[in-house]
Amino acid sequence: MDVPTTLNGYELIYKKPSTLTEKPFHYCPGCGHSVVHRLLMEVVEEMGIQEQTVGVAPVGCSVFAYDYMDIDMQEAAHGRATAVATGIKRILPDKFVFSYQGDGDLAAIGTAETIHAVNRGENILMIFINNAIYGMTGGQMAPTTLLNQVTSTSPYGRNKEAMGYPIKITELLAQLPGAYYVSRHAVYTVNAVRKLKKAIEKSFAYQKLNRGTCFIEVVSNCPSGWKMTPVESNKWLEANMFPQYPLGDIKIPKD
Amino acid sequence: MIKGTVIIDRDICKGCELCIVACPQESLGLSKQININGYRFAELVQDNCTGCVNCAIVCPDVAITVYRQPKSALKKAV
Ligand SMILES: Cc1ncc(C[n+]2csc(CCOP(=O)(O)OP(=O)(O)O)c2C)c(N)n1
Ligand code: SF4
Ligand code: SF4
Ligand code: SF4
Ligand SMILES: [Mg+2]
Repeated sequence: MDVPTTLNGYELIYKKPSTLTEKPFHYCPGCGHSVVHRLLMEVVEEMGIQEQTVGVAPVGCSVFAYDYMDIDMQEAAHGRATAVATGIKRILPDKFVFSYQGDGDLAAIGTAETIHAVNRGENILMIFINNAIYGMTGGQMAPTTLLNQVTSTSPYGRNKEAMGYPIKITELLAQLPGAYYVSRHAVYTVNAVRKLKKAIEKSFAYQKLNRGTCFIEVVSNCPSGWKMTPVESNKWLEANMFPQYPLGDIKIPKD
Repeated sequence: MIKGTVIIDRDICKGCELCIVACPQESLGLSKQININGYRFAELVQDNCTGCVNCAIVCPDVAITVYRQPKSALKKAV
């Protein structure tokens, strides 16, 4: 859509990036997925790499990511986005390749592919949206679900005896030598969004230098699965998710 | 202070209120009407927007376009 560059003498200072399609997001009101889609596309637009970027979409609420991001994209089977991204990057090493996955996709069914892609140091950017739940299928417990968190399959709260502990997959992956840059972010405030955008920019810059795997976790919300308003979900996230999944860099390049 | 304004696409907006919480000027509120999808939508409720872009940065649905007075206009005003 063409947006006028001036309005009653005022200058245009923010508009939707041209790298997003016209299609309105199907996500629930307030869902963090859409913010991350937009940031990726803002970075792609600003770096002028729309023709050189290839994304891999997951199974989960973001299964239709390719409808919104106006770049080349490939859909992967549930959990296999990093394996597919590996193939694409190896065939097309000059492209900027990223995978985009939820916590069920990346840290449950796709755990093996995730670990081995990072262990091989694949030169891709992995985006991991951790909302501590299977959003798409009706709010079931995920490996990342917090202790005592109520989900549709842990109606009395997650209990560690029966269901184990919330997995910090990002910290696990950071230990692998193939992981070059590992960072945890969020999109719940203006500052958090700005920081995530910087992390995405850095990751693409590292990819250009063939440095290895860049991994960005986004601690996100699922207002529908959590049964909260969007505003409440962001408060809950700050109070409950951050103690388990603290924001910040987990592994930064030594050079 | 620099003046700004926002154009909110009422039919894209899902009334999540995240922009309302993010606006330091309390310029935004929810409409009484509903849009084509049945959501109340965000709209300017005061003429005090500074064009800080906060609302657009947090809007999940990219419904907000932001405009701001050019800096030259500010100089003239002083
Ligand atoms: C092989 C296979 N197993 C199970 C499913 C059902 N399924 C669809 S999405 C999903 C989990 C989605 O959760 P997550 O990855 O956290 O994404 P979110 O929707 O929360 O963003 C599951 C189990 C499937 N589609 N394919
Ligand atoms: S179910 Fe949850 S993750 Fe999925 S779109 Fe809705 S809020 Fe977002
Ligand atoms: S641009 Fe800033 S001041 Fe204006 S409505 Fe948005 S958040 Fe409020
Ligand atoms: S943040 Fe966007 S979608 Fe949410 S109420 Fe504001 S304009 Fe509407
Ligand atoms: Mg999830």
